[in-house]
Amino acid sequence: MTKQRKFVAGALVIVAAIAYLIWAGVSQSVVYFVTPSELLAAPVANKTYRLGGLVQPGTLRWDAKSLDLSFTLSDGKSSVPVKHRGAPPDLFAEGRGAVVEGLWAREGYFKASLILAKHSEEYKAPHEGAEPGYKEIIKSLRGDSR
Amino acid sequence: MIPELGYAATVAGFVLALSGAVAAVVGGWTGRAEWLRTGERAAIGVWVLITVCIALMLYAFLTFDFSVRYVAINTNRGTPFYYRITALWGALEGSIVLWSWMLSIYTLIVVVQYRRRQPELYPWVLSVMLGILAFFLLVMTIPAPPFERLTPIPPDGRGLNPLLEDSGMITHPVALYLGFTGFTVPFAFAMAALIIGRTGEEWITITRRWTIIAWYFLALGLLIGGWWSYHVLGWGGYWAWDPVENAAFMPWLTATAFLHSVMVQERRRMLKLWNLSLIILTFGLTLFGTFLTRSGIIGSVHSFTQGSIGVFFLSFLSLVLLGSFSLLAWRMDRLRAESQLDSVVSRESTFLLNNLFLLAATFTVFFGTVFPLLSEAVRGVKVSVGAPFFNLVNIPVFLTLLFLMGVGPLIAWRRASAQNLKRNFLKPVLAGIVAAAVLRLFGVANVLVLAAMGLVIFVSATIVLDYARAVRARRRSGEGWSAATWGLLLRQNRRYGGFIVHLGVLVVALGVAGSQAWSVQTETTLEKGQSVELGGYRVRFDGLEASEESNHGKVTGTFSVTSGRHWDVMLHPGRKFYPQEQTPIAAVDYRLGFIEDVYLVLGDFARDGSQATIKLQVNRMVSWLWLGGFVLTIGAALAILPDHRKPA
Repeated sequence: MTKQRKFVAGALVIVAAIAYLIWAGVSQSVVYFVTPSELLAAPVANKTYRLGGLVQPGTLRWDAKSLDLSFTLSDGKSSVPVKHRGAPPDLFAEGRGAVVEGLWAREGYFKASLILAKHSEEYKAPHEGAEPGYKEIIKSLRGDSR
Repeated sequence: MIPELGYAATVAGFVLALSGAVAAVVGGWTGRAEWLRTGERAAIGVWVLITVCIALMLYAFLTFDFSVRYVAINTNRGTPFYYRITALWGALEGSIVLWSWMLSIYTLIVVVQYRRRQPELYPWVLSVMLGILAFFLLVMTIPAPPFERLTPIPPDGRGLNPLLEDSGMITHPVALYLGFTGFTVPFAFAMAALIIGRTGEEWITITRRWTIIAWYFLALGLLIGGWWSYHVLGWGGYWAWDPVENAAFMPWLTATAFLHSVMVQERRRMLKLWNLSLIILTFGLTLFGTFLTRSGIIGSVHSFTQGSIGVFFLSFLSLVLLGSFSLLAWRMDRLRAESQLDSVVSRESTFLLNNLFLLAATFTVFFGTVFPLLSEAVRGVKVSVGAPFFNLVNIPVFLTLLFLMGVGPLIAWRRASAQNLKRNFLKPVLAGIVAAAVLRLFGVANVLVLAAMGLVIFVSATIVLDYARAVRARRRSGEGWSAATWGLLLRQNRRYGGFIVHLGVLVVALGVAGSQAWSVQTETTLEKGQSVELGGYRVRFDGLEASEESNHGKVTGTFSVTSGRHWDVMLHPGRKFYPQEQTPIAAVDYRLGFIEDVYLVLGDFARDGSQATIKLQVNRMVSWLWLGGFVLTIGAALAILPDHRKPA
């Protein structure tokens, strides 16, 4: 019986160690998900957030040379300027939803290290005669190469 | 026409499965054969009806029958032939059809294999499997009907999610679902054993091969999913701790625990309750995973927001857990261990530790996956728990598991003597330490990588040492080389199959450690003719071209890659523009290598083709993951060959 008890005690020690790891892991790496209004209500500098909102049309700036990407995320009430280094990811565009992870910089903007673009659920039925927008791009590329 | 036929087949299938399950129960209860025959006929009928569903669905996809809503949403006239077939399981409703179809095939195999051989367990096994089939057919009838009619019939469909236009779409879901559904068989046998009170080792021995097959396919499905993520998604990674990956990973972890702990029961007649609980947990987690990913409560590439399906899965899951744990409680008196643990230093306790850590990993993954949900539900605060959490907790757990993987197979049962330990582990431990020290001298500073590499060498050394000893013993008893090497593998296929699976896991572990530690990447914008250097490669941007494919437009870049040595290769990453998507999707190009992959993603580009923004990665040792998959395959195949050992 004492042997069984020793086993149980050993197992408990291991379980406690893993529980501690989980607790420490959560408290270290949990990231709060905020909307622009929530962020602006009480911004904490250099704390990691996930910020979700709509990419406001007309605010997207992308400079390919310097890889600087900037845009404004809005929830209809407030909007937050976001800066990122890197090309806009797939599915990312003005007027669409996006979630960015990063820090609130003291200078008053959100410094994103990761952009998660949302897959658009809305479906536009293709209608007769309308050309998909990308045909323009293909034409301009072809025009150049000839 | 197709929607009505399909719906009729679905409803008939549900009624047949349910009545078959009831007939099998009556057959088991009364022992009357004619009831059992009714159950069997129902099983055959269900398979026929689901096959009809699949055939109708394929027909609808191939003839562009957009009166079927599912077809209209998941295909359009431009979708290539090949993807019109895989589109069958490209979304929620169809994936449930595929699931049910596989389950119905498994049920037929069970009928053929066990109706004579296991006359007592068989009726209950049949009824459990038919009952589960009935649930999936119910899901196909009410919350996720694949044959829903669409009116008015649109001129063209929306098209498949472009990310699913990939050859992985044929293998990944099929392998994964063969794994998921495969666990139904051991679960059904476990329930049957509880019902008739034969709670010994029988159900485990009967289903050993089934468990290995299900486990293997799940592992394969996970690896193929990683490969898909790696070569389609364009972020250069293979695992993101995404809820859907976690959903498939959890049952794999508990199944791994089960595969090991059953050996303790076979050998020492202990852990009966534990093993039953593990198989219930594994089966429950396959349902939970489907609930998690298909109910839309978690946003992910794989979730398709759907109304009531979550309620169905959650109710069924509760029913299954309640039912099976009640059975367990009812049979508790027959589940007492027939022996005890003798020593901490023994194979039993190593296997127990392995189970403890595997369950810890499962719980960590579970916790991390549902924590955001709980936090939102309980505290009203939205949070996310990302990769850092999973890595922080799981890396030490997995390193411990690697260590146990070296110890478990060779340490003695009951009580290991100092002699046993020295003989089996002294040299491997030294080999592991030396390997880590050498890597340290070569400049590897990351402690976790050093630990992982050292442990991999330690475990490999235990396997090599054991095999070499066995071969030497055979040689001494006068066998030729081939009999002593290959013959040994076949004669003790279970043992060496297991070892080869372990080697496969080690190769995967090396791939994970190496790629995490040594991969490098850069992002930059190049003018035509300009080049960038990374990790000994020079990549030059040569130009862009545009083309029209059957269902999308494509812009393709040409980049020449030169390594410090002297090969030149052209890479053609592109961006694909689908009419149904408002934004383009990256098409990655790469050159895979044994040591490193060159991986190139085209980001943005100038409309006149004069410049391109690229993401260039040199990913190291990622190929070892896929290589590990092949090794796993060999090991699993060897392990399921007929057992040559005499029964103990």
